[in-house]
Amino acid sequence: MFSIFGLGPLTLITFLPLLGMIVMLLIPAGTDQEAKEKSKNYFRWITVGFTFIQLLLAILIYANFNSGMNGVNDPASFQFVENFKWISLTGLPMLGDLHINYFVGIDGISAPMILLTALICFVASFSSWSIKKAHKGYFIMYLLLDLGMMGVFISLDFFLFYVFWELMLLPMYFLIGIWGGPRKEYAAIKFFIYTLFGSVFMLLVMIALYFAVGSFNLLDMMDPANFKPGALLTGFETTWRLVAFIALFVGFAIKVPIVPFHTWLPDAHVEAPTPISVILAGVLLKMGTYGMLRIAWPIFPEAVAYFQDYIAFIGMVSIIYGALCALGQHKIGKRDLKKMIAYSSVSHMGYVMLGLAAMNTEGVVGAIFQMFNHGTITAMLFMIVGVIYDRSHTRGLDEFGGLANKMPIYTGIMTIAFFAAIGLPGLSGFVSEVLVFLGGFKAYPVMTVISTLGIVLGAAYMLWALQKVFFGKLPERWQGPWDPTGKIYKNDDINKIELAALVPLAIVVIFLGIFPGTLIDMMTTSVNHFIEFVKIGGQFAGM
Amino acid sequence: MTQETLLLLSAVNLLLPLLGFVAIIFNQKRLGRNAGYFGTSLLGVNLITSIIVAATKLTQFDQAGMLQMKFDWFSLGNHSVTIGLGLDNLAAVMLIVVNLISFLVHLFSLEYMRDDKRFPRFYAYLGIFTFSMIGIVIANNFLNMYIFWELVGLSSYLLIGFWYEKDSAANAGKKAFITNRIGDFGFFAGIMILFYTYGSFMFDDIFALIGDGHLPFDNGTMLTVAGILLFMGAIGKSAQFPLHVWLPDAMEGPTPVSALIHAATMVAAGVYLTARIFPMLTADALLFVAYIGAITAFIAATIAITQNDFKKVLAYSTVSQLGYMIMAIGVGSFTYGFFHLVAHAWFKACLFLGSGSVIHAMHHSMDKAHNHSMDPQDIRNMGGLRKRMPWTYYTFLFSTIAISGVPFTSGFLSKDGILAGTLAFGSLTGHWFITFAGYSAAAMTAFYMFRLLISAFHGRPKTEIAANTHENNKFITIPLVVLSVITFFGFYSLNPFDGGTGWFYNKLKAPATVVPAQYQWSFLVPYEKLNADLHSDNCMNCSPAEAKENPHSAGMENPHSEGMGEVHAEGMENPHAEGMGEVHAEGMENPHADIHAAEANHAHGVHAGSHHAMHRFEEATHEAHVPAMIISLIIAASGIFVAFTFYQFKVFNPDTIVGIIKPFYLLSYNKWYFDEIYDASIIWFTLAFSKLLAWFDLKIVDGTVNLVGWVVNGIGHIVGIFDNVVVDGLVNLSASTIGFFGIVLRKFQTGRVQAYLVMTIIGLMLLIYFVV
Amino acid sequence: MAIGLTHYLVVSAILFSLGVFAIVTRKNAILVLMGLELILNSANLNFIAFAKFGGLNIEGHIAVMFIIVLAAAEVAVALAIVLNIYQNYHHIDVDEINSLKE
Repeated sequence: MFSIFGLGPLTLITFLPLLGMIVMLLIPAGTDQEAKEKSKNYFRWITVGFTFIQLLLAILIYANFNSGMNGVNDPASFQFVENFKWISLTGLPMLGDLHINYFVGIDGISAPMILLTALICFVASFSSWSIKKAHKGYFIMYLLLDLGMMGVFISLDFFLFYVFWELMLLPMYFLIGIWGGPRKEYAAIKFFIYTLFGSVFMLLVMIALYFAVGSFNLLDMMDPANFKPGALLTGFETTWRLVAFIALFVGFAIKVPIVPFHTWLPDAHVEAPTPISVILAGVLLKMGTYGMLRIAWPIFPEAVAYFQDYIAFIGMVSIIYGALCALGQHKIGKRDLKKMIAYSSVSHMGYVMLGLAAMNTEGVVGAIFQMFNHGTITAMLFMIVGVIYDRSHTRGLDEFGGLANKMPIYTGIMTIAFFAAIGLPGLSGFVSEVLVFLGGFKAYPVMTVISTLGIVLGAAYMLWALQKVFFGKLPERWQGPWDPTGKIYKNDDINKIELAALVPLAIVVIFLGIFPGTLIDMMTTSVNHFIEFVKIGGQFAGM
Repeated sequence: MTQETLLLLSAVNLLLPLLGFVAIIFNQKRLGRNAGYFGTSLLGVNLITSIIVAATKLTQFDQAGMLQMKFDWFSLGNHSVTIGLGLDNLAAVMLIVVNLISFLVHLFSLEYMRDDKRFPRFYAYLGIFTFSMIGIVIANNFLNMYIFWELVGLSSYLLIGFWYEKDSAANAGKKAFITNRIGDFGFFAGIMILFYTYGSFMFDDIFALIGDGHLPFDNGTMLTVAGILLFMGAIGKSAQFPLHVWLPDAMEGPTPVSALIHAATMVAAGVYLTARIFPMLTADALLFVAYIGAITAFIAATIAITQNDFKKVLAYSTVSQLGYMIMAIGVGSFTYGFFHLVAHAWFKACLFLGSGSVIHAMHHSMDKAHNHSMDPQDIRNMGGLRKRMPWTYYTFLFSTIAISGVPFTSGFLSKDGILAGTLAFGSLTGHWFITFAGYSAAAMTAFYMFRLLISAFHGRPKTEIAANTHENNKFITIPLVVLSVITFFGFYSLNPFDGGTGWFYNKLKAPATVVPAQYQWSFLVPYEKLNADLHSDNCMNCSPAEAKENPHSAGMENPHSEGMGEVHAEGMENPHAEGMGEVHAEGMENPHADIHAAEANHAHGVHAGSHHAMHRFEEATHEAHVPAMIISLIIAASGIFVAFTFYQFKVFNPDTIVGIIKPFYLLSYNKWYFDEIYDASIIWFTLAFSKLLAWFDLKIVDGTVNLVGWVVNGIGHIVGIFDNVVVDGLVNLSASTIGFFGIVLRKFQTGRVQAYLVMTIIGLMLLIYFVV
Repeated sequence: MAIGLTHYLVVSAILFSLGVFAIVTRKNAILVLMGLELILNSANLNFIAFAKFGGLNIEGHIAVMFIIVLAAAEVAVALAIVLNIYQNYHHIDVDEINSLKE
């Protein structure tokens, strides 16, 4: 445990970007071209610096993390806890007393997410070099997004959670809407409204829970003894509790996203600038499944037992549907590489759902590990697409070919990323997929076997794309150098800044493929406790 | 040497090629041609250690079963995922196969790939392939096996697509990987069933539990299903029907790669897997395996007859021979199946490297003649190479003799054993198709191999290019010589007509089945188990014990022994044991292999009967040996004879025959239209379905979202109008009313003080009047 | 007939009415001011009358004193305004001075 000015490590890591924003606000962007050119580098390096400090803090937290503590529903075994009054109003009409606490802490479920967020924000700041306009605004928004995401993962108070959840929406809207592609307004509004639609459900459930429990503390909500008699959500497996679970589930499912709530994703990804795609796929999608783990599952355990089969089914459908749609991108529309990867995200997040539905150690560990791995691998994939898009200004699969000789290092990195996405052993995606399948099979043999088809389809669309881009002959139009003037791209292969973004991720992907224990160890205690707690709470069959 | 040293050495064996890969891939430009020497010398070290390991294992630890090293990969809190290394006799022999061929291919490629611009990368890929292949060999659990299984898939993908500028090469790599993935899907599903049931990936744990009568889902059928699913991995990797289509395409890769990966080692991994899971295969699963093998052997042989591409003939020959091995294991002829794997590895690697030598020479000749339009792999362009390339020719000839099953070669020993097995299987079960497929494939093999040999090497050169070829240098000829020398029978058995008497057979006896007797062929179940199925701690370790049996021993029976110690002696079966009655089972819980073997002997002893084999199949094979040998000799001879009459002496013109059997010829020439059928069915369906779904997603799902958006927008519009007209109308109305009054009232405001005063007074008076 | 409170009040009322009449009808600002004076004086007369016949006593006298002082001040201010009006408008006709309307 360490603290600075009485602020705990979690507060520091969360609000560090705020400091960065203030610093940037004080630096003038300049009005003429020359000043703008000069100032944009300040903004870039300030962002890199702050996210790097954040990453160091995250590693420090990892080093000090005690993986033997339970967490989940027990406030005493959360770590780095900070809890003090934030909003305290008394004697309100109808509400009575309203107490909202600034209550943060992490356990084995959220700790990997902290690491992931810090890592992705750091590397994505390098891929922000491709941003072409309004740097000051961009980087300020970027750090605000960072703040919101980090906040979601540390909150143990539902109200606080909700505040951060909404806080992150706003910069995302602008980041897509201002710095995005041709249909950016459409995509940004679609994203915003879709997720806001989900948040509304969450808000309703949050208020209902507040009336039942009299507190916004998530851990209080997990204990049935705290529910006041006669409240709407009091009881066991009542209609209202099931409805509340569905509402909460839909709220999170939109974020994941699972079929059929997924259509905002391809649009948002296609239109968003590269670093924002990276963050969207790398961190934002995890919030949905994280919310299920942190909120929906422990608070409504009996509803999980009730809907378990359907959730597994949804997971299976997402896996196959996403994979087939990704494969279909080779046949339809503009054959957009980025869109294909967006659909592969749908498929890969389906594994997480399957693991969560299985509710056993392999399944849930696999699901959380898959959340982390999908974050790093898909981040790599989007950056890789960004690299060629920046050079060629197209992402159409048909327009490439034979890049392997033009860009050998890039090809090597892309091969790692693609094979990681396929689930090749030795790379991190394999371990999590195997765990999810092993866990899934224990609970749902048939559905899991069908889901395994996803890895066959995954190989098909990924290799297809790999071949289209890298193998065969180089088209006439790309024969020359990317940038004849030599100003932006000195040589044809990937440049140092892009390597700085990709190499750390590649190292993480390989390292976790060989030594998955480094990350899995920190979550097992919490996950086992989580499963036991939810199973007992839900009176699962056989417990 | 202790067990630990041995396992450590095999771990070194595993990691050295990986080191080579990492070292080369990051230093491609710096190393240049030295990458080749570096990789080759690493493999040389590896070869030596592997020979030491294997020799030690086969002598010092011969009876020790599988030496294992297990460690936790990662922990899941209440249990761990355990992986490890294992070395048994099977793995020890396989280790030599992989390392020797890999070493020779490294050597060969120093010349063959000399001019390639990605020379260092080629060696890096060879390194990662060797690493993953050794990983499969020394796995002691399914998870390890699956991991390295996928990694060989990756290296195969990279090497097939090594010349990725060619679309056909890139396509072939992709096809190989995806086809293999389909097989792996089944393999993984099988692993899931086993892990779910037994909570472990370890071979020994799983087999022990099956032996104890634990079945997946408490159901013998599910054990069959698990076995078949695991075998699906082998179907993919070993290019068995119906997933064999990728292997001929894989010939797009450089020829040394074809020799190493697609003939000798990686494709044999499927056979190796089938051998590994042999103890847990039920009767139904074995029958499935046997049929798949037989069908593959037959179909591929028919296709090989009509192909004109040098490497395609060899590729289909490989598929056919792999089918042979699979079939052998399926009928229960475990040892001969594996024997054929080893023997085939040598001569097929030799044949492929020989073809590489020919192609290399043809290329050189073409370069000299500045001819770049001819196909250097087409046998119709060759002929007469015998005199020009004598080393290549004689090694090729020797390998062709071996693959055709001519006596005094390893190929004869293994093939003869397999055919005897199929004959025994046919007589025991009535599945004569397998016997038929085995023999007809043998005949066709002899025919097409000699057709290839004669067309390429004999006669006069058919082109100018072929006439100007020259023998290649030592990098190429040395591997050929080494490989052809070790196809000699003496390396495996001193009796050239019976492989069953050699060391190979006796070191690699079939492991006893662990499947409960009611789900297994009765002729494969060891007698003492069949009798009462009284105990089930059978395990892999039983095999060395079997090796001790002496088929000709007589007497020495020990019919009523109670203690184990005195029974512990080699070859003390009672030759008259055949009864099926009750068995004394004292001390059978003891898992120790040696005692267990004694137990088995004990059981035999109790039931006086005329039996000296562990199970009936072995005996039947032995009985079928002589007739099988005679038939196979006749068949091989006739195949060779027909080839000579057609192609050497030209007694018949092959084209007239083709004219007579046109439909069959076309079927064979077009590879039974498998690719066309797949393209038109599964692939078409998947792609069409994915396209439909992508369209559905774009138009229907997203369309619904957009429709909702549009409707909400429309409602907003209507509400907007309502708001403008009605709500805002009311507001405006009140405002205008007030305005009207204002207009009226402003008249009173004259600005004149006196008028105000008057009004004040009037008001005051009114006030007074009303209030007071 | 002895002079009583009623007589004083009647005189005072007449005086008040005359004052109001003067204010309302006169156009000349000076005359309006004079009307105002009449009203004030009628109030004074009332105070004196109530001081003598009512119970006001000394307070009535004091009020009168105040009013006389007040009236003087008021006249001073008012005449100053009138003077200013005259300077701006060049007349002091109250009918024409209606800028209060705006």
